[in-house]
Amino acid sequence: MPNPTRIEINCETKEEKIITLTDAEVAELAYQAELAAEKKAEEEAAKAALEAKKQEVLAKLGLTSDEVAALLA
Amino acid sequence: MANTFELIASSTVGAGGAASIDFTSIPNTFTDLCLKLSVRDNNGFQGDDLGIRFNSSSSGYSARTLYGSGSAAASATNPNGTSQGFIGPASAGANSGANVFGNSEVYIPNYAGSTNKSYSSDALTEYNGTLVYMGFVAGLWSNTAAITSITIIPLGGGTSFSQYSTAYLYGVKNA
Repeated sequence: MPNPTRIEINCETKEEKIITLTDAEVAELAYQAELAAEKKAEEEAAKAALEAKKQEVLAKLGLTSDEVAALLA
Repeated sequence: MANTFELIASSTVGAGGAASIDFTSIPNTFTDLCLKLSVRDNNGFQGDDLGIRFNSSSSGYSARTLYGSGSAAASATNPNGTSQGFIGPASAGANSGANVFGNSEVYIPNYAGSTNKSYSSDALTEYNGTLVYMGFVAGLWSNTAAITSITIIPLGGGTSFSQYSTAYLYGVKNA
């Protein structure tokens, strides 16, 4: 499978080139994608933990989310 | 557009996509630079981050950002590390719905000077009324070299900008 390409625009000549990425550049892209996936997973886990904590507090109060929303309306 | 804004160069991504967009040989005849982006990428998320590099450097970057989704707001420091500058949630991912692109503007004052290079950006991705991510960034490249090239890269896990994504680089002169 050929490597992906990037666009390079020379601002002096206005020439636009389509350049094939080197293997090192492809590896960098993959690394960035992996970092982003890890970060996304961490954010989702933190969001889920916060929601679980919220539900725990509501349960102790004997209220549902809808009842709290109605009380605050 | 004011008379002091001059289009230096522009690019529209073709059917094959692009892993990055590079503006090279930027003339030093302007005072500031203004980069306007309309971008979509191949990542499976919705609001994806964009990164920026100057002179192909992969070090010396820092950023403070204020961002939100319309229902919550937060702030962060160096949200994507220090090996590239951070533009913000400026790229609509593949799950954004058809024909949705993120918008952003990056302003780089005194790009040809001999001091460290600061920049600011505002970015958003809006999915036809169902969701929005937006952010403001105060960025810094701790390098005194004049900026002669700018590279835009996807950060959100995407590996390619989609067809019809555009990048316009303007030079701004003091009146």
